Amino acid sequence: MNINEFLGYRRENGRVGVRNHVIILPLDDLSNAACEAVANNVKGTMALPHPYGRLQFGADLDLFFSTLIGTGSNPNVAAVVVIGIEDEWTNRVVEGIAKTGKPVVGFGIEKHGQHNTIMRSSKAAQEYVQWASEKQREVCKIQELWVSTKCGESDTTSGIASNPTAGNAFDKLYAKGCTLVFGETTEITGGEHLVAARCVDQKVRDGFMFMFNRYQDVINRHKTSDLSDSQPTKGNIAGGLTTIEEKALGNIQKIGKKCIVDGILDKAEAPTGPGLWFMDSSSAAAEMVTLVAAAGFVVHFFPTGQGNVIGNPIIPVIKLSANPNTVRTMVEHIDVDVSGLLQNKLTLDKAGDMLLEMMIRTANGRNTCAEALGHREFVLTRLYESA
Amino acid sequence: MIDFLAHEKGDLVGVATVDIKSGQVAKGVYMDSQEPVEVKAVMDIPLGHKIALADMKVGDTVLKYSTDIGKVVAPIRKGEYVHIHNLKTKRW
Repeated sequence: MNINEFLGYRRENGRVGVRNHVIILPLDDLSNAACEAVANNVKGTMALPHPYGRLQFGADLDLFFSTLIGTGSNPNVAAVVVIGIEDEWTNRVVEGIAKTGKPVVGFGIEKHGQHNTIMRSSKAAQEYVQWASEKQREVCKIQELWVSTKCGESDTTSGIASNPTAGNAFDKLYAKGCTLVFGETTEITGGEHLVAARCVDQKVRDGFMFMFNRYQDVINRHKTSDLSDSQPTKGNIAGGLTTIEEKALGNIQKIGKKCIVDGILDKAEAPTGPGLWFMDSSSAAAEMVTLVAAAGFVVHFFPTGQGNVIGNPIIPVIKLSANPNTVRTMVEHIDVDVSGLLQNKLTLDKAGDMLLEMMIRTANGRNTCAEALGHREFVLTRLYESA
Repeated sequence: MIDFLAHEKGDLVGVATVDIKSGQVAKGVYMDSQEPVEVKAVMDIPLGHKIALADMKVGDTVLKYSTDIGKVVAPIRKGEYVHIHNLKTKRW
């Protein structure tokens, strides 16, 4: 299969998306109901309800805005209607998204009420969805594709097979000049020296270790035991993983054997060039995928051992597994079965090619299992309490 | 049939790729060299769980991927089941 090209949607700012969503984005928890009503009124639109946006402050508020603005700015999104309780913060999100040049408009509920807001928003949403429906895919070069990875409900088969498969695909995409990202800061614990050794220079290495140590400090400040009730998870342990070190060494197989870590990103921060980037991020699946989607990545590799079912509202999440029990019992969740690796019936090179082929098919429009099943986990990362 | 895989030569544990039964001579492969290795299982080891490739004593460091994955907290004989009852993190 030709993996040098795919069919994507070229956006106003030159970035390329693989989906053509019109989203109804709530500024805050209070606006979820109106957004869901609009998405119900206007077919082909999608609401992204979430529980936050009130009384956040400081770095936590900055991350909140960068996540919402980044989500709306993602090239998988054609146009955005923002609804908020009041105009000022609503407009802040609208103005952030408008920098991409895509159609975006905001509506405040105060002084209008919900019915009137739904009516005005629905009219805009209808106009957008009809406009977006005429957008055509065009041939795009592979290096225009931004690909993220994060694994979940890992077990030992993840470290042996499915994560190395993602790593093999990353090595091949890296050589083609794609923009790639990995993260899961705490899940590098025990393998941080190996990631540090892969950093392109001392500045990037220092940046990585700063992020790594900052997260360790959070863990040490709040932990009540050795985190064995949480990291590894109960599912990890049921699947044969024992310690965070063992889990981490399996986790970092996803960056392959050849990729160099070219830069460091804070949460939801967009990369400034091609190569492999490390993003400081939670290891919780939906939080991490939401952050990389907000940073502009458009397709995701998600290896799983025990069978994490996560999806994302705006980026297709491609699942792969090497656990023969999981691919049998959870077949509707697994896009790529690499269980043959456990019996040497499949080479890693071939497994990587299978994943890349599914990536191109997905980029061209094939719905992932998570999309078909309606998985739209949109989970904002919080840094601390609201005021 | 491959009963277990070990990442690298020198690793002290392998991962069962099938359900291994106690008493069975389990056939494994080192993934880096493809060199075969056999270990007699002395306990049942479910798919995905670990088999000891050597005797280990309390305080020893367990190597997988040729890297430290934690410390032994109960004696382990070759062929035994290695899991959270006898292997703990050194972190956090």
